[in-house]
Amino acid sequence: MEKSNKTNFHLSKTLKSNLITYGIVIAAFLIVQLLINAGQVSSLMKGLLVPLCIYTILAVSLNLTVGILGELSLGHAAFMCVGAFSSSLFSISMLEAIPNSGFRFFLAILIGAAAAAVAGIIIGIPVLRLRGDYLAIVTLAFGEIIKNVVNVIFIGKDSNGLHFSMKNAMALNMEKDGKMILNGAQGITGTPKDSTFFIGVLLILVTLFIVLNLIHSRSGRAIMSVRDNRIAAESIGINITKYKLMAFTISASLAGVAGVLYSHNLSSLTATQKNFGYNQSIMILVFVVLGGIGNIRGSIIAAITLTLLPELLRGLNTYRMLIYALILIFMMIFNWSPKLIDLRKRFFHKNKAEREKV
Amino acid sequence: MKKSMKKLLSVTMAIAMVASLTACGGKSNGTATTESKTESPKASGEGSFKIGGIGPITGSTAIYGQAVMNGAELAIKEINAGGGIGGAQIEYNFQDDEGDTEKAVNAYNTLKDWGMQVLMGTVTSAPCIAVGAESSNDNMFQLTPSGSAVDCTKFENQFRVCFSDPNQGSASAQYIGENKLATKVAVIYDSSDVYSTGIHDKFISEAGTQGVEIVADEAFTADNNTNFSVQLQKAQDSGAELVFLPIYYSQAALILAQAKQMGYETSFFGCDGLDGLLNVENFDKTLAENVMLLTPFAADAKDELTQKFVASYKEKYKETPNQFAADAYDAIYAIKAASEKAAVTPDMDASAICDGLKKAMTEISINGLTGENMKWTADGEPDKAPKAIKIVNGVYTAM
Repeated sequence: MEKSNKTNFHLSKTLKSNLITYGIVIAAFLIVQLLINAGQVSSLMKGLLVPLCIYTILAVSLNLTVGILGELSLGHAAFMCVGAFSSSLFSISMLEAIPNSGFRFFLAILIGAAAAAVAGIIIGIPVLRLRGDYLAIVTLAFGEIIKNVVNVIFIGKDSNGLHFSMKNAMALNMEKDGKMILNGAQGITGTPKDSTFFIGVLLILVTLFIVLNLIHSRSGRAIMSVRDNRIAAESIGINITKYKLMAFTISASLAGVAGVLYSHNLSSLTATQKNFGYNQSIMILVFVVLGGIGNIRGSIIAAITLTLLPELLRGLNTYRMLIYALILIFMMIFNWSPKLIDLRKRFFHKNKAEREKV
Repeated sequence: MKKSMKKLLSVTMAIAMVASLTACGGKSNGTATTESKTESPKASGEGSFKIGGIGPITGSTAIYGQAVMNGAELAIKEINAGGGIGGAQIEYNFQDDEGDTEKAVNAYNTLKDWGMQVLMGTVTSAPCIAVGAESSNDNMFQLTPSGSAVDCTKFENQFRVCFSDPNQGSASAQYIGENKLATKVAVIYDSSDVYSTGIHDKFISEAGTQGVEIVADEAFTADNNTNFSVQLQKAQDSGAELVFLPIYYSQAALILAQAKQMGYETSFFGCDGLDGLLNVENFDKTLAENVMLLTPFAADAKDELTQKFVASYKEKYKETPNQFAADAYDAIYAIKAASEKAAVTPDMDASAICDGLKKAMTEISINGLTGENMKWTADGEPDKAPKAIKIVNGVYTAM
């Protein structure tokens, strides 16, 4: 009797923790929404709301690979790129066929997620069988490759249907009424602006729901056992590749969803070093590391802080990047330096001791 | 106990985040209102126009953004010293976009909070298109000095100072065809660059009608832009009489040096991206001898306006201005001319100013650094003649 009570209590504890995470997101959404209605939010902040959602989703999804699966991925922005371009292509070519923007965007999200998941499976199948840091190397290369591939693809649409080329725009041989959809390095222009803060928050909640439920499920425990001790996990019959692939693919497809939000927030989409390159992948990794590896709530907070920071520092002009870097270093030391961890422990223990006295 | 502590910490942090969000929202709102308050009594007397600028002043394309920032600043200083626009002074605020679309939209929103009435930007094409979607929504007048992609003037509130990429491509093909410079042409271009592919595509399609045969069409990418021996070898083997380089000067300098090493003697023709070739560090200027380029601006031009601009730019920023600085300088003077034509006043809101400027832009004609009698069409394109320039004895000379 007592035993079952205990397990019940344990379950509700994780549920409680999850509900708090959802609650934080919903509360933040409601407060911001109230402030917008009251006219208290500046245009800069309004413009930043969707990017904040995008980076939050990216950080949470990467945390699944880095924190729960325990593999290093340096190409998270590449999956975002796959999601962004595939969904943008869909939205533009379906602009007339599906006039309902809500339904079209819903399909676009599914397509972006599916495309990124396929990319994740293709990368994952050969690499996740290996031991060691091969995933980091391969994802790094994948990020660079996908950027260059996107830059040489030309897709146009005319009365005869879609045309595809990897040479240049002239090789499409389109009719006079032809319209370029994806114009090589010039990218995609004219993606409908369907991303809203509401949809962004909704997608954060869906992401959290998927990731948190996965972590606390049977599969999630299997994934974590692979992370903690591969040999022990193998010895009790866990299919290592299957669970690794599962976590990695889900992580990739969620990054694809972030990509969909990204491409439908800006009217021009080009694959550059800045938005889908190595730097962006590292940036997302920084969110995860600073927020605490394996700590979902921490990822959210780190993603929001670090995205807001450079914008709030705009007043400092060219010095802002210098200060941003300094803040990053200090945060890293604060979070991970053994001395400071000791100090914090002592502080919290003291608190705890005092409370227990009371 | 410890877990609840953690929870507490995250909740407080979340609250702090939201608080900081509202704090800054409130603050910038506050400053905006105070600014407009201080403005309104002044409006009857002097008032001031708020012109915003956006461009990359950090990152890989910083050199262009900085040139635009400086060029515009110089023009604004001159105008303010000479009495401003219709008696009103100009306030200027330039925001960094790092050459990124997302950051450009953030910069645009920052400027809106500042109370911007007219936008001079953005410098590079992709951010310009992204900002264009926002500015057309707000009906904010936007004049880009150097956003050359076709879609940079998609909306009716958008105008540009530079030539569009396709215009440069077709102008180059026409120039080569009409002046019988060559019949067999090889093209080397950067397939990962918007500017380069834009010119290249139009050049190829226009070349056929001009009796110019493309014998080699070779691409490189931003990740692979230091060794051009393969592309040059193909151009040489195909018997090209002229090599067309719709690229930026840094790669062109390498191409010229490598062609010389190979012993490949041909003539080179480029667009405004080659402007700056003579300023490349450690570049042997004799290599650039007889290189031809179509550009709206040459710092060595002998006319009075250019010489005055170059002298004051050099004095203030310690470097020779490039075409981007000249474009920005002209952009500010175009805004001034249009504002005076439309008789807009600083107390009007951005949308009303935009309506006035949109109409006035098609009616004005200015003599600028990048062209004489520049006029604009309603679709935002400038109407000016491209100048062909040849490098002779290490200096730009008009052809």
